[in-house]
Amino acid sequence: MNPISRIIARLSRYRRHKFAGPALLIAGLSIAGIGFSVAQAATTEIQKVTTSDKASLIAEGKEIFARGCSSCHGLNAEGAGAAPSLIGVGAASVDFQVATGRMPMADMSQQAMRKEPVYNEAEVAALAAYVASLAPGPAAVTNEELAWERSGDTALGGELFRTNCAMCHNLAGQGGALTQGKYAPTVMGVEPRHIYEAMVTGPQAMPVFANTVLTHDEKLSIIKWIKHAENEPALGGAALGRVGPVTEGLLAWTLGLGLLIGIAVWLTTKAR
Amino acid sequence: MSARERLAGGTANFIDERTGAAKWMKKTLTKVFPDHWSFMLGEIVMYSFVILLLSGTFLTFWFDPSMKEVEYEGSYEPLSGVKMSAAYASTLNISFDVRGGLLMRQIHHWAALIFMAAMVIHMMRVFFTGAFRKPRELNWIIGVALLTLGIVEGFLGYSLPDDLLSGTGIRIAEAIIQAIPVVGSYLAYFVFGGAFPGEVFIQRIYTVHILLIPGIMLALITAHLMLVWYQKHTQYPGPGRTEKNVVGYPLMPVYMAKAGGFFFIVFGVTAFLGAVASINPIWIFGPYNPGQIGAGSQPDWYMGWLDGLVRLAPPIETHAFGYTISWNILIPGLIVPGIIFTLLAFYPFIEQWMTGDKREHHILDRPRNNPNRTAIGAMSLTFTLVALINGGNDLIATHFDLSINQIMWFSRIGIIILPPLAFVITKRICLSLQRADRELVLHGRETGRLVMLPHGEFIEVHEPLSPQKAYLLTHHEQNPPLALTNEDAQGVANPQGIKGRVRSRMSRAAQEQITKPTAKEVLEIEEGHH
Ligand code: HEC
Ligand code: HEC
Ligand code: HEM
Repeated sequence: MNPISRIIARLSRYRRHKFAGPALLIAGLSIAGIGFSVAQAATTEIQKVTTSDKASLIAEGKEIFARGCSSCHGLNAEGAGAAPSLIGVGAASVDFQVATGRMPMADMSQQAMRKEPVYNEAEVAALAAYVASLAPGPAAVTNEELAWERSGDTALGGELFRTNCAMCHNLAGQGGALTQGKYAPTVMGVEPRHIYEAMVTGPQAMPVFANTVLTHDEKLSIIKWIKHAENEPALGGAALGRVGPVTEGLLAWTLGLGLLIGIAVWLTTKAR
Repeated sequence: MSARERLAGGTANFIDERTGAAKWMKKTLTKVFPDHWSFMLGEIVMYSFVILLLSGTFLTFWFDPSMKEVEYEGSYEPLSGVKMSAAYASTLNISFDVRGGLLMRQIHHWAALIFMAAMVIHMMRVFFTGAFRKPRELNWIIGVALLTLGIVEGFLGYSLPDDLLSGTGIRIAEAIIQAIPVVGSYLAYFVFGGAFPGEVFIQRIYTVHILLIPGIMLALITAHLMLVWYQKHTQYPGPGRTEKNVVGYPLMPVYMAKAGGFFFIVFGVTAFLGAVASINPIWIFGPYNPGQIGAGSQPDWYMGWLDGLVRLAPPIETHAFGYTISWNILIPGLIVPGIIFTLLAFYPFIEQWMTGDKREHHILDRPRNNPNRTAIGAMSLTFTLVALINGGNDLIATHFDLSINQIMWFSRIGIIILPPLAFVITKRICLSLQRADRELVLHGRETGRLVMLPHGEFIEVHEPLSPQKAYLLTHHEQNPPLALTNEDAQGVANPQGIKGRVRSRMSRAAQEQITKPTAKEVLEIEEGHH
């Protein structure tokens, strides 16, 4: 008899004990209770946002906006100087720009760069709600809503990526240079929802991919391909940054030829 | 005599009686090879070529050089159902469904990169030591042909899998062919068998890649080695080494054993790279499709400098007689490389013309003792390097946070300014090294030991050089520049006036040297000191 079945056998001896019923009930209830409160804690953030009154969310967003964004975008997001008007850009644009850390912009350089986000998810949602309230625009999405794993098609996504995105983002999605110091960043390691929002809103030099150009499902396929490429193990050995022949050439000269020359020197000095 | 010995002796006898091989073998096997690491560079090239032949043959068993459209059904999921050429599909098949196929592909490609790199380094050794001088000019020219063929061969091989990355390269090649005035577009039509990309291109380059060019290269390599054999190897200067002998090891057994071992080392390093480092992961790039293009597309490094030249050309076009001449492609894509390879091939003769030295040379130069040549080499390398850097301008821009325009302007200005600068600096460095050598011969090595003389003065003790070392530093000859007159004996201006003046100027530059110490000077100093 193995140890587990021995324990089960011993426990089953108490099955008919008179406290067995109540004890089981208590145990069951407390497990359910703990589980529920953990789940509750995990969802309160979202609960608060969805249940709280929309108007107060917008008000909260307006307040954050006035503090963090209005210096550039104007008090009513009407735009000023280099910073564009945000009226009509929609929640998707705000979610993309703020949750990837691009906004608030750190310095007025060539391009707003991805960095550690300044605001947390709730504050981003408030900002998005506020900007969306100014005029209708593309809505923000969540990773869960996207369901790209179910609806996407990797092979199709790869084809679409090569047709629509690779000329800026590189065949392997590693990013590429544009003119005047601008660049298309790598798409590896980007949240699915931000990939989606990038396509919908077309940040900066990137074009907008409306549903007439890429349908919702095609966008999901692209996301699926990107996620696949990101997680694909390096099939042929070290990936060398996946930037192609440049690092390969560097390695051939240094490790390949360098090693061989080193050995040649060693062989001929040993011979003396 | 044991049975085995009798058998071996009998066989040897049989062959000798019918071919007279024994005499030849005896002469051959005792042939002497000098021993220096830089003489093994050519061997690296040779062994990588052998590795290319072997691994390439393996690939031909499965590669299907066809542009016929197929739907992929192999085991690489992310491309399943995608339409692609049979060439691309078969390369995927080699990578994922043929046992050892990916390793072989990677070995083949790494070997190609090392082959080209070793060829360049080998050429640099020959150049900087003056090994190309008479009687070896012909072998130098064969080498330049091999280098050119290697570049073409590599480019074609890189294009065979018909992936999107290499397809971008072919598209540029097509643009270069089209840029040839008047006949360009017909020529492109002919090469691709119709409008780009056509349906026969892969098939055609396959034949060229596995048959034509390797065949020519094999023939040239054989001729190359036979010439080395026949003319004997050059050697570095040293006591006992003259223009008439070769000092080194006999071919058998010492050299053969070393060479055989070295082949396996080259193979080992290539196989190691093939096993641990991914190269040309075509499955990520996707199949070629003329409607698609990727940012940051690069050719292999040996094409990179040509790509860099094309990238840095400002957009200039002329329209004349209904034709468009794209200077921005024509000049960097055809004219400049044409000039470079012509100058490269004829360099031995150019140098002969400049120095007027048409004698045979078997003892190598130390690079510093020929400052002009060394400076020309440095200048050419700088030119190529700037072009190569510009070839990677997009990657440098994204990875070092620079603007692609900045890099382009750096390269445009740099390619004009930096090579002459490299020339001047290299020449000065060579001359100061000569000056240091002169000091060393005249005053010996500084020992760092200070000695106080009786009257209180401190001097540092100098140790005289060993005779070997002193010989090494003074054996080379220094010739005066060519004395060229601009008028003949009757005072009539030389009909070749300008040519003569140019030549005399070149000759003066070529012979700029720090005068080496004469035997008399050394003697005087020695007597004075002791
Ligand atoms: C330092 C000035 C600056 C600050 C602060 C700033 N922005 Fe921006 N923002 C810009 C500029 C400039 C652009 C346009 C260029 C760009 O996107 O790089 C921009 C673009 C945007 C866009 C994209 C507009 C479009 O057309 O899609 C959004 C959304 C945005 N900002 C939101 C915000 C929010 C929300 C904040 C506050 C958290 C903020 N910005 C803070 C300067 C600023
Ligand atoms: C014309 C060039 C261009 C094309 C085409 C293009 N992009 Fe972009 N993309 C950009 C630029 C430029 C940015 C940087 C925007 C910024 O920093 O705000 C960008 C940003 C992104 C980002 C954000 C990356 C990050 O670090 O947060 C994603 C994701 C993205 N693009 C995906 C795509 C996809 C998917 C496609 C094809 C459907 C595509 N892009 C097509 C130029 C392009
Ligand atoms: C001599 C110099 C050679 C060079 C520089 C060279 C270079 C290359 C390169 C760079 C590739 C691309 C491979 C890849 O994408 O992984 C390639 C492919 C190929 N080479 Fe060569 N090669 C040479 C000789 C040969 C020879 C002699 C053969 C055959 C006998 C050969 C057969 C092939 C085949 C069949 C392919 C395509 C298959 C594939 O990529 O999987 N090569 N070559």
